[in-house]
Amino acid sequence: MSEPNKNDVMTYQKVGVIGAGVMGTGVAQNLAQRGMRAVLVDVSETVLTKARETIFNSLRVAGMFRRDDAPAADPEQTVGMIEFTTDYTRLADVEFVVENVVEKLAIKTEIYPRLDAICPPECIFAANTSAISITKLGGFTKRPDKVLGMHFMNPVPMKSMVEVIRGHHTSEETLVRGKAFLAQLGKEAVVVNDMPGFVSNRVLMLTVNEAVWLVQDQVASAADVDKIFRSCFGHKMGPLETGDLIGLDTILFSLDELYAAYGDPKFRRCPLLQKMVDAGLHGRKSGEGFYKYSV
Amino acid sequence: MTQSDARSKVRAFLEKFIRDQDFEDGDNVFALGLVNSLMAMQLVLFLEKEFGVKFTNQDLNLKNFRSVDAMVELLGARGIFAAA
Ligand SMILES: NC(=O)c1ccc[n+]([C@@H]2O[C@H](COP(=O)([O-])OP(=O)(O)OC[C@H]3O[C@@H](n4cnc5c(N)ncnc54)[C@H](O)[C@@H]3O)[C@@H](O)[C@H]2O)c1
Repeated sequence: MSEPNKNDVMTYQKVGVIGAGVMGTGVAQNLAQRGMRAVLVDVSETVLTKARETIFNSLRVAGMFRRDDAPAADPEQTVGMIEFTTDYTRLADVEFVVENVVEKLAIKTEIYPRLDAICPPECIFAANTSAISITKLGGFTKRPDKVLGMHFMNPVPMKSMVEVIRGHHTSEETLVRGKAFLAQLGKEAVVVNDMPGFVSNRVLMLTVNEAVWLVQDQVASAADVDKIFRSCFGHKMGPLETGDLIGLDTILFSLDELYAAYGDPKFRRCPLLQKMVDAGLHGRKSGEGFYKYSV
Repeated sequence: MTQSDARSKVRAFLEKFIRDQDFEDGDNVFALGLVNSLMAMQLVLFLEKEFGVKFTNQDLNLKNFRSVDAMVELLGARGIFAAA
């Protein structure tokens, strides 16, 4: 096979999406809306059934925000672009993979060699991780040059900017292809170098954690903490609403990964955060976190 | 179910999300930034569950959900109010 030319970047048609949680469902939906086929893999049928329902409802509501009276895309047809499966071997012919499994190094460690064995050799792996080193993840494959970080923002279909991370061995060509893939999703990239947490979450996780300490220490209510960020700083959302949107379990796991990676006590998790996660208050996705979301 | 029951149920739901500000039944809660696209799915699912309707793709248009009045009108059009 000839070396692909930088100007001759392929158009992606079939993409593997690993993990059907908050991020995986968003990525799969976005791919389908852009006319790409997706193979969405998770560990259980229960999770996949819920994922399908979430994507379907989100596609229905997406129609509400169309600009004119043009008919909305048919959600049934769009969701039909996605294959929901627990079978990793369905990834044998995908051209690109976005990995979104739970933020635990021990779990991701098992996934990468598996993907490496099943996916075609030219397939690129994009790790959608909050904090884990891309260089480390690349090291679990025999193709570290084809592994890069793609830290998507949530909700994926609505956010047009992605923090792209260049691992130590990530090649220029992989970055070019990665950006072309994002362009197909209607997104742009800011490319940064690899250190755990990258730019966004090295700051954001500390901010959310410290905001939880404020609530625990009874300095202010969650609503007032958020109000200060919204009204005084002009942020769209305060840190605790943001935590609820991300998932408080994911915040906790990310802090733990940062703590383990840097060995720096500033990443210590707030006990109230731990308690809320233990109580099943995972934020928006579980129906309750610092606020209630149940219907 | 009467129209005013529906109106108060819709208002009560919105008031759970819109904490810091008053709004009228005719106010466009999306344009005012009181309801955002993240809440839209909860709003739609709430209305479907609470009133036992299933909105069509045609119904799912922002103009039908922009205000309490618009939502009550949409529910009326879906025939959920008992004939007076
Ligand atoms: N939530 C956010 O806002 C956000 C933003 C950017 C990146 N991320 C990152 O994206 C990743 C996923 O986060 P999330 O919020 O979707 O978490 P989530 O908990 O909602 O979903 C994780 C999913 O991974 C699945 N999973 C676990 N083991 C698996 C395996 N072996 N194979 C396939 N699937 C498996 C779980 O069943 C679950 O459905 C994490 O690395 C997280 O840090 C999250």
